[in-house]
Amino acid sequence: MNDKAPRLLFEKSRPGRGTDVIPRSDVPDRPLDSLLPASELASNLVPLPELGELDVVRHYTRLSQLNMAIDSHFYPLGSCTMKYNPKRNERLASLPGLASVHPYQDESTLQGILELLYDLQGILGEIAGLDAVSLQPAAGAQGELAALLTAAAYFRDRGEKRTKVLIPDSAHGTNPASAHLAGFDAVTIKSDSRGLVDMADFMSKHDDQTAVFMITNPNTVGRFDPQVVEIARALHDRGSLLYLDGANMNAILGVVRPGDMGVDLMHYNPHKTFSGPHGGGGPGAGPIAVRASLAPYLPAPIVVKRSDGVFALDYDRPKSIGRTRSFFGNVGVLVRAYCYIRAQGPEGLRRIAEHAVLNANYLLALIKEEYPVPFGDRCMHEFVASARGLARDRGIRAFDIAKGLIDRGFHPPTVYFPLIVSEALMIEPTECESRETLEEFARALLEIAAEDPEKLHEAPVTTPVCRPDEVAAARSPILIHPEASRAGIER
Amino acid sequence: MAYILNTDDDVALMLRRIGAGSIDELFAAAPESVRLKRLLDVPPALGELELTSHVTAIAARNVGADSRVCFLGGGAYDHFIPAVVDQLAGRGEFYTAYTPYQPEASQGTLQAIFEYQTLVARLTGLDVSNASLYDGGSAVAEAALMARGVTGRSGRIVVAGSAHPESIQVLKTYLANLETEIVVVPQRDGAVEVSEVAGAIDSRTAAVIVQQPNFFGVIEDVSAIVAAARKAGAIAVVSFDPISLGLLRRPGDYGADVAVAEGQCLGNPLAYGGPYLGMMACRESYVRKMPGRIVGQTVDHHGKRCWVLTLQTREQHIRREKATSNICTNQGLLALRASIYLATLGPRGLARVAELSTRKAHYAAERLASVPGLSLAFDRPFFKEFVVRCSVDATSVLAEVGRRGFHGGVALKRFFPEMEDSILIAVTEKRTRDEIDALAVAYDESIRAVRS
Repeated sequence: MNDKAPRLLFEKSRPGRGTDVIPRSDVPDRPLDSLLPASELASNLVPLPELGELDVVRHYTRLSQLNMAIDSHFYPLGSCTMKYNPKRNERLASLPGLASVHPYQDESTLQGILELLYDLQGILGEIAGLDAVSLQPAAGAQGELAALLTAAAYFRDRGEKRTKVLIPDSAHGTNPASAHLAGFDAVTIKSDSRGLVDMADFMSKHDDQTAVFMITNPNTVGRFDPQVVEIARALHDRGSLLYLDGANMNAILGVVRPGDMGVDLMHYNPHKTFSGPHGGGGPGAGPIAVRASLAPYLPAPIVVKRSDGVFALDYDRPKSIGRTRSFFGNVGVLVRAYCYIRAQGPEGLRRIAEHAVLNANYLLALIKEEYPVPFGDRCMHEFVASARGLARDRGIRAFDIAKGLIDRGFHPPTVYFPLIVSEALMIEPTECESRETLEEFARALLEIAAEDPEKLHEAPVTTPVCRPDEVAAARSPILIHPEASRAGIER
Repeated sequence: MAYILNTDDDVALMLRRIGAGSIDELFAAAPESVRLKRLLDVPPALGELELTSHVTAIAARNVGADSRVCFLGGGAYDHFIPAVVDQLAGRGEFYTAYTPYQPEASQGTLQAIFEYQTLVARLTGLDVSNASLYDGGSAVAEAALMARGVTGRSGRIVVAGSAHPESIQVLKTYLANLETEIVVVPQRDGAVEVSEVAGAIDSRTAAVIVQQPNFFGVIEDVSAIVAAARKAGAIAVVSFDPISLGLLRRPGDYGADVAVAEGQCLGNPLAYGGPYLGMMACRESYVRKMPGRIVGQTVDHHGKRCWVLTLQTREQHIRREKATSNICTNQGLLALRASIYLATLGPRGLARVAELSTRKAHYAAERLASVPGLSLAFDRPFFKEFVVRCSVDATSVLAEVGRRGFHGGVALKRFFPEMEDSILIAVTEKRTRDEIDALAVAYDESIRAVRS
């Protein structure tokens, strides 16, 4: 990484500079105030920066070089499944016949994309072991919301008023946030000493007011909770539903189907499991799959295949919860997921889970002496190591380890999550990485454990910036460039 | 072995180190009773060449804006995307990175978001912006949720019935179980009456939501609506078309408290409806109630200016059920594209896009109004979109227009059953005079064909 920090777009602006993108008008010129009410016309131009095309190209090229990314670095960010994003999928999703399709075209002009989406609904249903799929939600968190609203509508339709959603303390923060937004009380279930659901706590909190239990399995400490079968049975006995947070589907593709373990509804994160590029923080998608009894309440529309073989959008779903977003869904992400799944086939999908789990266990084995893993020395697709001992004995905290890894050319794992492990390092290597990369990463971790703590506290030293002051940023927030002119530019 | 690097030798060596006899043994925690005893029933694997042929054939069965001249709008528009947008946003260093949790490893993404926030604030004339939301519809819902938090009122949300019908549906879905009444003020002849909006606002009203230009392309008397909202102590939320701000007054200029938008038009492909870009800007005083990621400026260990994710105590990963929103990601790549688009066009480029779109839309409206059987539905000012009424069945006419090489408009029946004769037509800077003239001919022929 180059050391020179780039100036902001606004600092590069020069009055009078511009580009030639937009042509001259070829329709009769009329005074604008004869077309639009003068009172609504802006007197000035919007104060955007004035740049030439080369300015823009250099600027963003330079910014890109300040990032670590999968294309350039090992990126074992736990829970985010940072796997290789195949280049072919980018090219295919950009085909004009997919990228230039308007959402309100007539269905007769959409038969290709509707067929693809119809097939994807079926494939996601099969992988889930569930009956019906909505591709609409825009992200995993929106999938959670859509599924919980679906569950609420299901209970309402049955004349039941259930108020509680049970959520393990190891769950992603989106789970309780979504439950709250869907109108439920989020009730926390403790984890036991193995990092699994504390069954006594679950049993004491599960009652007739319980609508849904939201489980992540494998969970965020990377363990498969075998109690899921028992949990599902207990829930179903009292009419409650079991939800699966599908963030960790990469670990069980083709090995265990959520429906077969008693799950009634779930969301997928196709940007994780099916390799949609994470885009510096999105876009994702959040399709949901449910049992047949919940299907009438899913968001509309759903893609259907009519008896004459024509694909159509079914809006006629009177019990549907409605829409969670505009238009069909994050189709670009779904197309990439489809391409990814089609490149794998049944054997390939299972192989993903196998190698994701193999890689995680290998890495765990390489580092567990220096970085204890509180919840056992076997894991699924990821594991959570603790730097508690290093922090106590040598003053090396998870935070320092992250910064030391950056200097050694690795993106750090997720740190300080889940909250139930102190000094947590949540490591997810994915199936895509080679044995050599895992070994290099392990060597870096071991080297850091033996490093002079004082030196580590100065890390990173290879990046343009070192340890930004996050407290100051939050105390007196500067959220836009203070010197970017507010005043409009004269027309 | 698509995308997997481990060889058989690697696997053997790794298993030895782990102390496991087989990969299967690593799944021992999953009870036999729940294990899948067969392969998934999904289609067989395709290599890159086969996959390319397969997906290319699927794409060829769509007839998109690339092969028919597109006059469709309703929130998604066929505006021109400069080459630099695809080239720069397509850099792997941007699109294969994730949320910038580690600021030292993500200054590129962080600075790009900080610039996006600044661009959106300047575009809207408001104080601050977040790092983006999912799309225009959920941005409206998030604005309503934020207004509940800011005002402490949760009794009612008033929304103009001329706003995008899907935004209103999303609003209803998001708030379905939160005991907030949603009052939709009906549109009359393509716009809402200010007095009717004002009459719907009560002392429990958290927000008044209006779209400018509205779903029909019509310019609303938005200043008066904003004033009515603020007078009652409610938050005035304006859903805007980013392109329109090349010509029209900015939400901040007429007193809006919160501005939200569908940002697809800023350099993002149509892509059958997503992923798109939810934009949100607001007054600085609301920032701790704002949903979504926010990037802030700070200094590093050596006093050097840099950027970090900030105000995270609003967010779900810290606050869990007390978070301002359940949103976890932004639409990073789409926000980046919007920034590159705005930086490339600059103030004059954006103004020209807006000006050309409105001039061409007005030219198209005039041409189409002269076609026998077509008339303008509303006698109101509009920006780049307008509604025509058709004297014969609109759906059949649109099908005929389609056969002549045009996506001729959106039949409004799908949103408003009573508007079965109405068609929404959008015109961007990409449409030429020749294309507009040809559209008028196509409508003329199509109406005759349907009549006969």
